[in-house]
Amino acid sequence: MASTTDTAPPGAATPGTGPEAPPAAGDPASLKVVPTRHYARWAAGAAVVVLIAQFVHGLATNPVWEWQVFRDYVFSETIVQAVWVTLQLTAYATVLGFLLGTVLAFLRLSRSPVLSTVAWTYIWIFRSIPMIVQLVFWFNLSALYKELGFGIPFGPVFWSVDSNSIIGTMGAAVIGLTLHQAAYAAEIVRGGVIAVEHGQLEAAAALGIPRLRQIRRIVLPQAMRAILPTAGNEIIGLLKGTSVVYVMSIGELFYQVQVIYGRNGRVIPLLLVATAWYVVLTSLLSVAQYYVERRYARGADRTPPPTPLQRARRFIRTLRAAAAQRNQPVIPLKPLGDSR
Amino acid sequence: MSDVTVAVKDAKPTADGVMVDVHGVHKNFGPLQVLRGVDLTVRAGEVTVVLGPSGSGKSTLLRTINHLEKVDRGWISIDGELIGYRRSGSKLHELKEKDVLRQRTHIGFVFQNFNLFPHLTVLDNLIEAPVSALRRPRKEAEETARRLLERVGLADKTNAYPRQLSGGQQQRVAIARALALEPKVLLFDEPTSALDPELVGEVLDVIKDLARTGTTMIVVTHEIGFAREVADTVVFMDDGVVVEQGPPSAVLDSPQHERTRAFLSKVL
Repeated sequence: MASTTDTAPPGAATPGTGPEAPPAAGDPASLKVVPTRHYARWAAGAAVVVLIAQFVHGLATNPVWEWQVFRDYVFSETIVQAVWVTLQLTAYATVLGFLLGTVLAFLRLSRSPVLSTVAWTYIWIFRSIPMIVQLVFWFNLSALYKELGFGIPFGPVFWSVDSNSIIGTMGAAVIGLTLHQAAYAAEIVRGGVIAVEHGQLEAAAALGIPRLRQIRRIVLPQAMRAILPTAGNEIIGLLKGTSVVYVMSIGELFYQVQVIYGRNGRVIPLLLVATAWYVVLTSLLSVAQYYVERRYARGADRTPPPTPLQRARRFIRTLRAAAAQRNQPVIPLKPLGDSR
Repeated sequence: MSDVTVAVKDAKPTADGVMVDVHGVHKNFGPLQVLRGVDLTVRAGEVTVVLGPSGSGKSTLLRTINHLEKVDRGWISIDGELIGYRRSGSKLHELKEKDVLRQRTHIGFVFQNFNLFPHLTVLDNLIEAPVSALRRPRKEAEETARRLLERVGLADKTNAYPRQLSGGQQQRVAIARALALEPKVLLFDEPTSALDPELVGEVLDVIKDLARTGTTMIVVTHEIGFAREVADTVVFMDDGVVVEQGPPSAVLDSPQHERTRAFLSKVL
């Protein structure tokens, strides 16, 4: 490229010679770039926008949605109370389910054939029973076992209570959800654990780190990277899955909504109330998941990507800087008090 | 392998400066005989370099020394203490995992692939084992860790995560991590094989420095120049046995065995 200069390259068409001018033979950097036109893509985009606009218009104008009823109920005491019950069920089943699931995962990975078979059988059974069937079973536990007690296996019982008094409806629901969740959680945790590179365990063993500490400090934090995306799915699924405990007449969100529309017949707006709450709660969980995942990604990337919040702040800062630059000569420093 | 009776009568503490004693060690992986009767003695303060073609069993030998692999026959002792077993009368009892873990705190191990804990900072990598296995106070462990990092030339990387470091730096951290337990012996399993050629030197320099200060070491490597410079003893292994051993001048410059000569002619 020794012959090219900063001015028009030799042999290049001089500006204004018209479209018939032969293609420039010189430095391509001096030529105008014409981006590809995606006509089909634009048409498809426009069609989708029209469809969405129609739907939103319908939401706003179709009287069947009854937005007034929605407004009346969405923050009503009954509904807020019901949301609280839904949250409690989700929280208990998540925490207990994943605790039990983690234990089951390590039992399945255990070298003892008895323990690993027991864990496998548990997972097999509880994944086989539909949650709703299992819940009704627990609801009817007292028909199966009238009393629960402690004693010598197959021997005398020292202490016992009536099953119904110790396990209320809510207890039965939590147990049902937990046992169901644990089966899935076990497989998720096991997947995370076997995804941890074998060398990590070897290094921990070679350093003489105690076994439980190896699991808690070396294996699980790394397994979390693989566990969290699926676990997020599970917890969100569980949040919505709590709606099936309506069969046990527990006052969670979906049950209360049904009770209300059973009374007043406003089915659509009340289903909207439930929908809105489920969407809000799921969104909050998704945000939480993002930050938890980020925490466990420490050390995984050389430079962690900025959070949306950091990105927004950075964007505002650039805007401000740009604005300041544009306004610099115009804004002289005003002495304080001048503005009055 | 609960009752190993092979060579029990020989399994007695050695008081003549022997740090590592490997005696008649056999190891099979299924039908494959990886070690077929290996004997090796390493005196305190000495550097032993193990050479040999891949598949000769040198890594497996190293891994049996800290009981990452169980031996099928024979025994290993470090500073007079049997590894992985407890002798009682005419029987060898397998040790519980807890006791094996305690024994391993006396044996530093440096892996080919570093195996640093990626989710912990460099400092936390170094203090994890002293705090959890030796129950050192955290403060004290941190002080030791900083001193060791300075020694391997990484004092400024205390709070970095392993993936933010180059391979050579990671391996130096791994060496510091092994040293943090103040082990009686350091085992290196091809410590420079996963490194870019220009990073090999910085790791070998650290190992040379340790050799000068009298650390007992067994180094499995392909670096012949390093062996010549640092080793007190060079051991050549092939096909699961020690073919010959001796000072580097003898083994490297005038090998007695045809297999040693063939190997050296390929790598030199």
